[in-house]
Amino acid sequence: MNSSSGKTYMSTSNCSTGRKAGDAAAAAADQFPVGLRVLVVDDDPTCLMILEKMLRTCLYEVTKCNRAETALSMLRENKSGFDVVISDVHMPDMDGFKLLEHIGLEMDLPVIMMSADDGKHVVMKGVTHGACDYLIKPVRIEALKNIWQHVVRKRKNEWKDFEQSGSVEEGDRQLKQSEEADYSSSANEGNWKSSKRRKDDEDETDERDDTSSLKKPRVVWSVELHQQFVAAVNQLGIDKAVPKKILELMNVPGLTRENVASHLQKYRLYLRRLSGVSQHPSNLNNSFMSPQEATFGPLSSLNGLDLQTLAATGQLPAQSLVTLQAAGLGQSTGKSGIPMPLVDQRNIFSFENPKIRFREGQQHVNNNKQMNLLHGIPTTMEPKQLAGLHHGAQSMGNLNMQVASHGSQSSQNNPLLMQMAQPQVRGQMLNDTSLGHAPRLLAPMGQPILSNGVAANVSTRNGIQENIRAPSYNPVSQTSSMLNFPMNHASELPRNSFPLGSTPGISSLTPKVAFQEDVNSDIKGSVGFLPSYDIFNDLNQHKPQNWELQNVGMTFDTSQHSNSLQGNLNHAHSVLVQQGFSSGQVNGQNRSATVVSKAMFSSGDSTGHVNAQNGNQHLNSLLVDSTVRVKSETPTNLYPDDFGQEDLMSALLKQQDAMAPAEHEFDFDGYSLDNIPV
Amino acid sequence: MESSHLRQQIAAMRQSFFDEEILDGQFCQLERLENRGNPNFVEEVLTMYFRDSTTLLQTVEQEIETDTIDLAKVDMMLHKFKGSSASIGANKVRNNITKTRQLLEEGNLEGAKLAFRELRMEHDNLRAKLEPYFQQLRQVGPVETATRPKGSDHA
Repeated sequence: MNSSSGKTYMSTSNCSTGRKAGDAAAAAADQFPVGLRVLVVDDDPTCLMILEKMLRTCLYEVTKCNRAETALSMLRENKSGFDVVISDVHMPDMDGFKLLEHIGLEMDLPVIMMSADDGKHVVMKGVTHGACDYLIKPVRIEALKNIWQHVVRKRKNEWKDFEQSGSVEEGDRQLKQSEEADYSSSANEGNWKSSKRRKDDEDETDERDDTSSLKKPRVVWSVELHQQFVAAVNQLGIDKAVPKKILELMNVPGLTRENVASHLQKYRLYLRRLSGVSQHPSNLNNSFMSPQEATFGPLSSLNGLDLQTLAATGQLPAQSLVTLQAAGLGQSTGKSGIPMPLVDQRNIFSFENPKIRFREGQQHVNNNKQMNLLHGIPTTMEPKQLAGLHHGAQSMGNLNMQVASHGSQSSQNNPLLMQMAQPQVRGQMLNDTSLGHAPRLLAPMGQPILSNGVAANVSTRNGIQENIRAPSYNPVSQTSSMLNFPMNHASELPRNSFPLGSTPGISSLTPKVAFQEDVNSDIKGSVGFLPSYDIFNDLNQHKPQNWELQNVGMTFDTSQHSNSLQGNLNHAHSVLVQQGFSSGQVNGQNRSATVVSKAMFSSGDSTGHVNAQNGNQHLNSLLVDSTVRVKSETPTNLYPDDFGQEDLMSALLKQQDAMAPAEHEFDFDGYSLDNIPV
Repeated sequence: MESSHLRQQIAAMRQSFFDEEILDGQFCQLERLENRGNPNFVEEVLTMYFRDSTTLLQTVEQEIETDTIDLAKVDMMLHKFKGSSASIGANKVRNNITKTRQLLEEGNLEGAKLAFRELRMEHDNLRAKLEPYFQQLRQVGPVETATRPKGSDHA
């Protein structure tokens, strides 16, 4: 009766893990569905106990969990560690449907919902949120015996997608089968026979495949592809958009209707979330969706969101941001490499500038519109903007997603949207302001803004379309560019010891910079500090605190210490933000943001002791040095660890003066954002 | 023998639960899960159930007796209680929960309070009946399941 593995154990507050994918794999292959790895989530211990026993009786490998959050983190830690998830609908820490969405987006595992509620609307909700099945409590063992069909079905669908065999018919058949099976399953009490019959059908087809070994190759929905998808959907009208037509419109060779269908389903969920969902500040927002959906139609509506709103929304809880990021990242990674960077970029974008540094991918992410706006160097931002930036900055750290969520955007789910919106807003502001303000910015500081870097950034921002690598210097001139630190992979500033990063004081703002890390990794560019420094300088003058923020950003060694980056970023963000606000300069913010991010990346070694306060001068010099180094593209440690912020500032300042725009590029390279803190 | 007499007694008790409809087929599902590996599974589950249910009922009772009832909270708790009761096969208890929830939703506070009292009674009654049943089960020890009465299993 017991399942083969005795690894599950009861735990009152944790999830017990049971699995070992490797060993079971071999056995599973032959005896499928024996050894099916099930994760069951229910806050009621009695039900959990019963379910576990039932599942074990079915010879499944069971892991119990009584909290949704724990379940989600378990899943994230081990994406391929489970085959199917069974979850209760009503749980104290998170709504079951939310969990369902997250799992669907991030891990794409089949999820079975269950509840004592058998009201039609609840069941419908389960279906619309993407549940494979919906079981009514009390759950009978017969119902559980059959759950493996969902695993097989999903794998088959994925396999088909992967193969892109273009066997639309087959896909349809699969889809239909699964739908039928689902319906029958949900009414398991009464339709046992019919579902059994269906199961038999499934069996026949399944047996032909080596179901247990089906992996899931996925179609990678890159930003471009997704944009094409969205364009097609918008063209058709969301109501009329059917996979077949979308496929035709998209005209992507090798893409199957099945791919489109599943993506459409997710997109719909996403839209639904946007429109109606309440946002609870769940960290689990679909980070995944956000990035991809940045370009969604709704996004444009978000564009309307102005910074004010964003600002109003306040600070994205660092945590949420982080989680978002994590989630987003998780998702992206899950999907493909591309999305990730894109996401990051997007996120970056939303954060307002700093993040923009991301690569091209962003462009996709950001609306072109936005990009253009950002084009100018956002030298000065209106306070509102700043707020937005601030907001963004904060969120940036966490992950753009969060920003989105904060952004008072419709839903937390769309961090991206928010983000996008933010950047957009910013971009606009930036444009306007940047040009105009550039000189202004400079004025106070008296230092040329590291426009190069900024310019680069700005350009990046714009759209991230441009590769940060080749930052286009905006006409704005160095002074205003602060925001964009060109992220050049080649030159790594990272080692720079801009102490900026570490300002513990900033804690308040601490965005968890998870996002940065992500971004960095993708971007692999180095963020140019220069621009930010300038800003910082300015800001510094106004607010010592800002410096701290800056420092925070600065001290990350992107390549090495994603963790530290995170920390730094958080700080940096806060700092930056503050600065931005204080100085009322958008640029400043941007810079700070950018700086922060940069700092993060580059200053792996240095712990960011930049003391913003005095930093101006130092910063300049630092910048100068770093920029110089950057130019040479040698990832050297430009700044010794003990390099104070001041130095950095002066370096920056000096650099600004001295440097030609083109060279500012702190390449904060090698952000090793592998460890994205989740 | 004594043991078989005891078993008969136990069987009769058990049958009465079904006859009185305080337990339903789900209980049989639990029984089926028992095996040599864990012979007291059902008792364990029931123990866990009663532990939580007692606390829950107390909380709900307190809540509905106050002037400002947190309806959402009460409904949530009752919903959860319904799930666990259904899962162990506590038929009447579950029905009473449904009734109480419905009355609360309709805004019939007095009616809901009455229904809740009834629910409480059923719950206590169930516990009172199951306790000696399990005690006796323990006395006879794990036995072949052949003695299960027919007709109470709903497949």
